[in-house]
Formats: sequence, C-alpha cells, structure tokens
Amino acid sequence: MDIRVENLCKNYGLQKAVDNVSFSVKNGEILGFLGPNGAGKTTTMKIITCFMAPSSGEVSIGDYSIYRNPKEIKRHIGYLPEHNPLYHEMPVIEYLGFAAALQGVPPSNIASRVREMVRLTGLDKEKHKIIGELSKGYRQRVGLAQALIHDPEILILDEPTTGLDPNQIVEIRELIRHIGAQKTVLLSTHILPEVEQTCDRIIIINDGRIVANGSPEELRRQSSGKEVSRVTIEDASQQAIFEALQAIHSIGLIEPIRDQNKFIIESKLGESSRRAIFDMCKKNDWVLTEMSPIEKDLEDVFRNVTIQ
Amino acid sequence: MKNIWILTKKELTTFFDSFTAYILMLIFLGFSGFFTWLYGNGDVFFTNQASIRPFFGICYWTLFFFIPAITMRMFAEEKKTGTLEFLLSKPITNRELVLGKFLACILLVAITLLFSLPYYFAVSWLGPVDHGSVICGYIGLMLLASAYTGIGLFCSSVTNNQIVAFLLALVIGIFFHLLFGLLANSVSGIIAQLFYSLDVFRHFDSVSRGVLDTKDIIYFISVTLLGLFGCEYILAKRNVND
Repeated sequence: MDIRVENLCKNYGLQKAVDNVSFSVKNGEILGFLGPNGAGKTTTMKIITCFMAPSSGEVSIGDYSIYRNPKEIKRHIGYLPEHNPLYHEMPVIEYLGFAAALQGVPPSNIASRVREMVRLTGLDKEKHKIIGELSKGYRQRVGLAQALIHDPEILILDEPTTGLDPNQIVEIRELIRHIGAQKTVLLSTHILPEVEQTCDRIIIINDGRIVANGSPEELRRQSSGKEVSRVTIEDASQQAIFEALQAIHSIGLIEPIRDQNKFIIESKLGESSRRAIFDMCKKNDWVLTEMSPIEKDLEDVFRNVTIQ
Repeated sequence: MKNIWILTKKELTTFFDSFTAYILMLIFLGFSGFFTWLYGNGDVFFTNQASIRPFFGICYWTLFFFIPAITMRMFAEEKKTGTLEFLLSKPITNRELVLGKFLACILLVAITLLFSLPYYFAVSWLGPVDHGSVICGYIGLMLLASAYTGIGLFCSSVTNNQIVAFLLALVIGIFFHLLFGLLANSVSGIIAQLFYSLDVFRHFDSVSRGVLDTKDIIYFISVTLLGLFGCEYILAKRNVND
C-alpha cells in the first residue's frame, strides 16, 4: 500500500503548521521525514494516522481516504506516536494484548501475535514487568511492538530513536530496516545519520513546507554541485605544485593547506579535474599520495535548506 | 460492540489492578454503612421499620462524591499522558471509546452496590421488607449513577487535570443535586417549573419510593446522553490545539 499526501494544510489559529505539503511513499519504501523541531513533521503524521483532521488537502492510503474510511486506514497503519505514550501501570503482555484486540486481531491469534512481537523486539526478559518499571529503551521497544502487533502494511514512526543510547539506536534502526523490507515506512527524525542509514528517500520539511525531496545521494549532489577533492603530492615544492595546478583549466579554486603539500581543490561546475591532476603528476614524476573526494554530508544539506 | 467491551474490560482491569477501585469502594461502603447503621437519627434502627430507605437516602449523597472520583481520570489522564492518541489512532470510533469508559464506570458502581446487598439481607432478617421498593431503590441508584457518570465523563474530557475534572463534575453536579431544587422554591411560574423538573432529587425520590415513572427514567437517560454526547463532541474537536 502506498501513501499519497496532496496539498495538505493544517492551521493552528493563525499559525500554519503544515503548508501545502504533497508527497507520496511507495510500497516497500522507507521514507525519512526530516526537519527541525516544530517543522510540522508530527502534525503531518497525526493527520495521516487519522488522529487529527487537516484544515484542507487529502491523504489517501491505497484506495482509502482519511475523510471517508478512517477506520480502514487505521487498521492498516501501525503508529508509534511521538514520546511513545504507554499505560505505565499495565504489564507488557497485557498491554500488547490490549493493543492487538483494539486493532482487531482475532482473539485466538492474540496470544501468538504477542509472543511473536515480544521475540521480535527482544522483550523476552522484560515481558512480565509493568511498563512503568522498564527502562526507556525497553519502553521504546514496547511501543514498536504495539505498532507492529497487527502486522500492518504501513508503519508510521514518530522519532523512534529519541532518548535511546547508541547501542539501542543501532538495534532499533536494524529492526526498522528489517521490518521495512516488506512494509511501507514513514519515519520522522531530526537525527541525520539515522535517515542516511535507514531510509531510501528523504523529505526535508521546514516551517510546514517541503524544502527538499530525494535519496540521500541525490540531495548531497544537489547541494554540493561542484567536485571537491583533497590532494597530497610529494617530491616537489609547494610553489611548484601550485603553479602546475593553476595550469589545469578545469580547476576552479585551489586552497593550499599550510606548509604541507596538501591542497583542497574545487573543480569548475560540472567538470572533473581528477584525471588531469593525475596526468600532471605522472608528467612531472611527482608522487600522488592522496586524492580523496570531499562530499558534503547531509548535515550541510540540512543546514542549507532549513536556514534561510 | 466488540470494541466497547475491549475498552471496558481494560478499564476495569486497571481499576482493580491499581487499588483505586478497592479504596474507593471501601470509602463508599464505609460511609454509607456508617450512616445507615450507626449514625443516630436517620439510621435504620431509628426509623423502626424493616426498610433500607435510609441507605438509599445516604447513597444519594455518597454517590454524588463517589462517581466524580471514578470518572475524573477517565479522559483527563489519557490526555495528559498522551495515550489518547494511542487509542484514537486505533480503529475505534469516538463513540465506542466514550461508551467503553461509561460502561466500565457503571459496572464498577454496580459491583460496589452489590456489596451493599448484605444490608438488605440483614434488614429482611429483622422484619418483613417490601422487596419491590428495594429493587426500585437500586434501580434509582443506578439511574442516578448513570446521570452523574455522564456528567463526570464530560468534565474529564474537557481538561487534562484530574482534580479540575473532579471539581468541575461536583460543580455541575451540585446544580442538579441541590441547587435546582432550591432555586425552584425561590422563584415562581414557568422558571420554577423548569428548575423543578431539572432537580435530580425529585426524580430519584419518586423512583426510590417504588414509583417507576417513564418521566423519571427519561430524565435520567437524557442527562446521561447529554453528558456522553458532550464528551464525544469534545473528542471529535481534538484537532484544535492540544
């Protein structure tokens, strides 16, 4: 099942929380929803899960619309809300059973589904505890187990890894990747490495608007544009190398690094100078000891599009 | 229908797991029992009849406080902890949620009232009891409970603070419980009639005396439905700032 969001708007009084947002998530895709705090990620997710009504616009999931078929949509979605609300006084097993019953899992299957989720999310040791006694990482797993309990085709996760320690983050990410292989996943985060590692595609949203949309590689390419490399050449003076580099016409900018024979070289837009640099070294009998591409990472992309 | 029962079962389990139910029941039965059997003028021995009408008169007041104490956390807590979002993103309707909670409260009251049956057995051992009027008395208490549960749930749905919900339920409740009756006496004409017909005591009194009039039953059901519809309306309005 795929998610289609068309011209979605949501106003809180005069403030536009979501402003004409359109995108779609294809079947089997993991889409990362990225943006600074308060950008409208959570609001969009709340609308998709039919918890909130939009001011205008349409969301459809498969053939269902949030206006006409909220019940069917909710049945196909597994949702982990922001801050992962749980009943702290309930035991884990009982809570998962309750979630399963609400999602319409037939009573005869509930026990086996709960058991499967406990195994999948690694809750085996904690399953008889009361949720309030669990650590944050385990609570997050309970939240995830709850979202997956009815084997939904669509998974919506609002900041699934906040507040976890690095090991737990890796585990949860792996779990999402594993589950996401067969499902449509929409996950929001403001942690950049997270989307790079888990998502097939990224949408960056700021002030309620989509400011970038593409795969991590595409976004990186879009924002950098020019080829930038770091080059180290030996067996010659810095001055000599500098002059030789200047002779290469595809190089736009040369920035020597202090007194070593290291340079940051930026090519002209749309051109590559790596081959020319290598040829130059070969001709002069210099040794090229380093030539590494410098890629702008997503962090820069993010900053470029969200700070204006 | 299935969803309502799932929600009701969960609420009841939470009640009995967390001791709130036991404490509330203990206080309710303690107060009611004390005033029914031990407290000077007005108790069962004072009336010198084999009747538990004093008990119903006392329940009229104890239920007034008991029910807001049950209903206050129903929505207020869900809103505060965010679990309302968990519930409402599941395939259930607002109405099913409201009815599930309502049914849980009513069942808890019914279970509590079951524990007062020994009063009835004790009195019937002391002398001949009018069984019909006892049954009507219990029906009256349940109708009263359902009206106040409606009001209580509505109050719980408008705030995310349990104390506010409790006090608000008492404030709204006291109008029906006492003030409409008093106001009816101090004005005249059509307004007096209106206040008079809104007064809970009049309706409760006639039911608990053994007169099952459809007017009274309609009155209690109307107040209940008003509360529940209000509650549903508030839930449906959630898409404004929260």
